Amino acid sequence: MHQTIFHGPPENGLFVAPLDEFTAVYHRASGITHLLTEPAPQILAMLGKGALSLDALLDRLARDYDLTDGTREALAARLDELIESGLIESGLIESEPVERT
Amino acid sequence: MRHAFSVRIGPVGFRIGSDWRAPIAVLDTLYRDYPKPHDDIPDFTVRLFARRPWRRFVRPSVEIGGDFMLPEAAPLPLRQGLLAAEMAMNLQMALGARRHLLLHASAVERDGRALLMTGISGAGKSTLATLLAANGWRFMGDEFALLDTATGLIHAFPRLISLKNEAIAAAEAAWPDARMGPLLRATPKGDIRHMVPDARAIATMDTPATPALLLFPRYGFDAETRPVPPAEAFVRMTQASTNYVALGEAGFRALTGLIADVPCIAIDYPDGASAIEQVEALWAAL
Amino acid sequence: MGRAVTDARLLADALADPASVVGLDADGWTTLLAMARAEQLIGTLAMRVEGLPLPNAVRAILADARAAAEHGRRAALWEAEMARRALSAVDCPVILLKGTAFVAAGLSAGQGRSIGDLDILVPRASIDKVEAALLAAGWEWVKPDPYDDAYYRRWMHELPPLIHRERDRMIDVHHTILPLTARITPDADALIAGSVVLENGLRTLCPNGMLVHAAAHLFADGDLAGGMRNLWDIRCLVEEFGIDGLQTEAKHHGLSREVTRSLRLVDAVFGAGKATGIDGLYIRRITARDGWGRPIRPLTRLAFYVRSHWLRMPPAMLVRHLWTKWRKL
Repeated sequence: MHQTIFHGPPENGLFVAPLDEFTAVYHRASGITHLLTEPAPQILAMLGKGALSLDALLDRLARDYDLTDGTREALAARLDELIESGLIESGLIESEPVERT
Repeated sequence: MRHAFSVRIGPVGFRIGSDWRAPIAVLDTLYRDYPKPHDDIPDFTVRLFARRPWRRFVRPSVEIGGDFMLPEAAPLPLRQGLLAAEMAMNLQMALGARRHLLLHASAVERDGRALLMTGISGAGKSTLATLLAANGWRFMGDEFALLDTATGLIHAFPRLISLKNEAIAAAEAAWPDARMGPLLRATPKGDIRHMVPDARAIATMDTPATPALLLFPRYGFDAETRPVPPAEAFVRMTQASTNYVALGEAGFRALTGLIADVPCIAIDYPDGASAIEQVEALWAAL
Repeated sequence: MGRAVTDARLLADALADPASVVGLDADGWTTLLAMARAEQLIGTLAMRVEGLPLPNAVRAILADARAAAEHGRRAALWEAEMARRALSAVDCPVILLKGTAFVAAGLSAGQGRSIGDLDILVPRASIDKVEAALLAAGWEWVKPDPYDDAYYRRWMHELPPLIHRERDRMIDVHHTILPLTARITPDADALIAGSVVLENGLRTLCPNGMLVHAAAHLFADGDLAGGMRNLWDIRCLVEEFGIDGLQTEAKHHGLSREVTRSLRLVDAVFGAGKATGIDGLYIRRITARDGWGRPIRPLTRLAFYVRSHWLRMPPAMLVRHLWTKWRKL
């Protein structure tokens, strides 16, 4: 069975400058500056530590940050926006562990 | 090229070649107190040329060229040759400068600290800078302020001040002894006259200043000041900078640093005198 | 000012023998830098003379040029990456061409190089799927002119130009390396079959393929504007990979004459070779730049411009095409 996981740049792949409710984010690989509102900077911070599935991401965001926009659908929409901007990518992995003999 | 001129303005050296003597003669006169490029090697080359050999004489019109060019730039009549030269220098800076982050802002200095004024054409940044300079501030520039990405300092770029329409009379009143270029009527931007910055501005052009206040002026409204939220200021400044993208990481750090360190304030003003009052009050409150 | 003719030989000599710039005076440097900028070779010049004793002003200007080249390189690689993502679901090889290929593969030809649009080569059979995938991922057509569009699709070796909506960068999608109307028809399938895969799954042509492509581009496609930069690419590729098997590859694509000429010209412009006959005319065109960065030798340039169209199309088509274009002016 396949599961979608999301990859983002490593922590040193971004420069982050909180401004007000917007955060300016410089993406080093592309040279593009993005202006993001929550939870996008938080999503990037989480993915910077390792790839995650949608549910794992939802779980950790709820646990570590006090976010107002907390539904699964809303998160999926934010992730699509981040994919379109080039900041993150999605990929498929096997979700069952491989049997060892 | 037949006629040539070179000049250094702040850290940037230019070489200007021309098919006609007249624009060079005007540049020689107005920039006579300015230094030459470092090591006699200019940073940018500008060319004022005739599209066809006979256009040098018949309805002469000046095409703008140089190291960096815009193919769709429209030519100007020869009598506006000075304007063509100034626009060409702006173009080289806008497309090619990368030693500093270019801010589309005027700048004046007092006590080693710089006041930056940014906004669209007509917002009054040239006029305000001129008026403040007449009130004891040191003039650093009216078109571009140069932000050194390594140090965060503002470097002066005191070109000829480009005054448009009503601003011409206001500047002449504030600076009755200033040297002026020819009055250019009916340019694409209306009437334009260039003013040579005062001797102090030229003499101190290599002295940078620490940015202390960033203003977003708006002319023709009742006096009011209000803070500009950081994200809005950041976005407006990236739009006002032609080389922000080209400078990459250094540009990002420098601009976010500027926004973080310096109060960003919008001021609406009905006239010059009011503006000066508002500015002095804001400066004193820093 | 002296009366000696100044042309871009000055630039060629500086690139070929960097130590020779140490003797330049202020005027010499000013001239050299203007030529280098005009020929899109200032980043390359900066790389070649790095470490030599230079006037401070020159050092600062060339440091800027190196930084600009680095920025361009990063932007080019990002465009390639975004194309890779957009085309990941299309099951076909995607081959990077020209400058982007050089930097993606870390070749010496890529060092300091100025890079324009993204050029990719894909199999002709996949072109419709590639087009659809790019349009879905945010690219859009640059020119909505129906005549140009029909001409492009039928005869050119590439899709009409596409530009990305957000990033404002162009991509040129080729299915062979010369227009179908050209008298030479390279074997696109062989070029694709011989391509080399990079770590991220994108591909480049093999070294001989790159050389054949560069020679084709230099002579059979363009009017030699930018010729010195293309010739420098060829010089770098030859220095890095040698010419083993190159003649065989060139012959297979019907480009023997072009490849051989390009090697002769590299030797004549950047080495000790002497140009004879028509080669001399090519060199006149390639070095047609003065100390103010202006193109010179208008008649030579015109001759090559007309020739480049003649090469791309049979005469009857050339007349019809230019007529249709002029009608619209």
